[in-house]
Amino acid sequence: MNAEELLTFAARRLSGRYEVDEFGYDAELNDKVLLELLRPLYRHWFRVETIGLHNLPPDGALVVANHSGTLPVDALMLQVALHDEAGRAVRLLGADLVHRLPLLGHLSRKTGHTLACKEDADRLLRKGELVGVFPEGFKGIGKPWSQRYKLQRFGRGGFVASAIRAGVPIVPCSIVGAEEIYPKIGDLRLPARLLGLPYLPITPLFPWFGPLGLVPLPSKWLIEFGEPIRSDEVDPAEADDPMVVFELTDQVRETIQRSLNALRLRRGPAFFL
Amino acid sequence: MSPVTRTVLVTGISRHIGARLASVLAADPAVSRVIGVDTVPPTSLTRDGGAQLNPLGRVEFVRVDLRSPDIAQVIAAADIDTVVHMSLMSGPAGSRPAMKEHNVIGTMQLLAACQRSETVRRVVVRSTTAVYGSSPTDPAVFTEDSEPVEVPHTGYGKDASEVEGYVRGYARRRPDVVTTTLRFANFIGPKVDSPLTRYFRAPLRPTVLGFDPRLQFVHEDDGVEVLRLAALDDHPGVFNVAGDGVLLLSQCLRRAGRFWVPVPAPAFRFLGEGARALGRMDFTPDQLALMSHGRVVDSGRLAEEFGWVPKFTTASAFDDFLQTRGAR
Repeated sequence: MNAEELLTFAARRLSGRYEVDEFGYDAELNDKVLLELLRPLYRHWFRVETIGLHNLPPDGALVVANHSGTLPVDALMLQVALHDEAGRAVRLLGADLVHRLPLLGHLSRKTGHTLACKEDADRLLRKGELVGVFPEGFKGIGKPWSQRYKLQRFGRGGFVASAIRAGVPIVPCSIVGAEEIYPKIGDLRLPARLLGLPYLPITPLFPWFGPLGLVPLPSKWLIEFGEPIRSDEVDPAEADDPMVVFELTDQVRETIQRSLNALRLRRGPAFFL
Repeated sequence: MSPVTRTVLVTGISRHIGARLASVLAADPAVSRVIGVDTVPPTSLTRDGGAQLNPLGRVEFVRVDLRSPDIAQVIAAADIDTVVHMSLMSGPAGSRPAMKEHNVIGTMQLLAACQRSETVRRVVVRSTTAVYGSSPTDPAVFTEDSEPVEVPHTGYGKDASEVEGYVRGYARRRPDVVTTTLRFANFIGPKVDSPLTRYFRAPLRPTVLGFDPRLQFVHEDDGVEVLRLAALDDHPGVFNVAGDGVLLLSQCLRRAGRFWVPVPAPAFRFLGEGARALGRMDFTPDQLALMSHGRVVDSGRLAEEFGWVPKFTTASAFDDFLQTRGAR
């Protein structure tokens, strides 16, 4: 942005004359400010590479990704990848916890994300949006270092039911690199419970080095989008049939696990490359 | 399809939207009589000292305390066929128990009178989107079928959900009567006086630290129009009514161009109590929830059934309010 653009931008922001959608997504703020803060991390710290962007359908789709790294940095990097390299705003479905917290809940809405609930998922998919989910949830992001790159259970498969109802394809997404940013070698269970958090990690740097422990390790990242899995072959009326849902859920899960294994080999060591 | 509407009863006529609706209906050739009731006379009437300079035109005012069974006599005496019930109070003008009694007992008396009546065949009720409550675990957009995640347990929202419950009960007992429930987002406009408009006119506005709720408004003109449409034709069901789009509270405050102070939620509550004690603003717990988590509804069903959408979007309604208020 040159000086003039910056001035009109600032004037527009300060006068409140900009658009947010019904979910609270502020596309301008997201692109010009929030993602701008993440881009150095994306480009220079993690040196993220994307594979298979051509697999993203032009219309609505559900991106299903693995979740790891103690803090949801993988969600942020996925967002940068899809925004900058595919030109798509991904609408992630986040945990209750995020939306209960002051500041974080509203920042999350402004960057286009919303609460993981059936109504919101259905509504976004009906509008042809690209919706992203991390079905492992806290089990995935909070898993110990020893479990790295092992996909956890995929919940009840609510995301599959949403895709079936909307008749949109499921794009399996594998993220390699997030596991190494905060290796979780222990868990402070009691303080976590007192704070109402799902876990409070011990990493090689946290809590020993205080705020310095929040600096993620500079691992090398790969994000791969696999071939879309069709969900429109299932009758939408069967979206609440557990058999159908679990079958499709397993298929997605196995696809991601396979591609994670291959991607990890392809990347080689996480550091010093 | 339906017999021509002849006599309309409007409750809550002493307040702005009620008065506007009554005069619009009175000007309609399809309506032969408009009877307005309220517990206090319309301000325009008292100010002009009588009916000579009555801007309400041919609206007949009857002073009735809705909480008393007197309303039944009004309905029986005038062969009312359409009832528009809009006397729901959003903020405690007096005490909270008085407000609750006015809202809930008033509705019960009115519906009881309608149930006994042989002539009433259409009932329109003004409700509010506050029935959905406001919590961080709400779906982003409420449709009419959404169940509230946290049932409103205080104030206006609670009263409105109880009122809607009685309306459903009435509709069950009198399936021959068409009932329309309109759930309005917050009214806004040049003449609207509500806790929210008072908030936006205050010199200093507190916000809840760390929260930036999504808000929706209905312009008063659109509110009157949709009530008119519902009063003159059969539109059975429950409908959300909100201007298209949303505004974040931060956007509203920036557009209004005055100062705001983010304060932690407990302090906000404390300030609200203080403002209430001073009689300046009514900041009830449900207002605090709205100012933290916001609320957005889908008005798609309204557009489909009425073939009509509000002229003002949420943003243009707010701008119209700002311009006429001179709040900049």
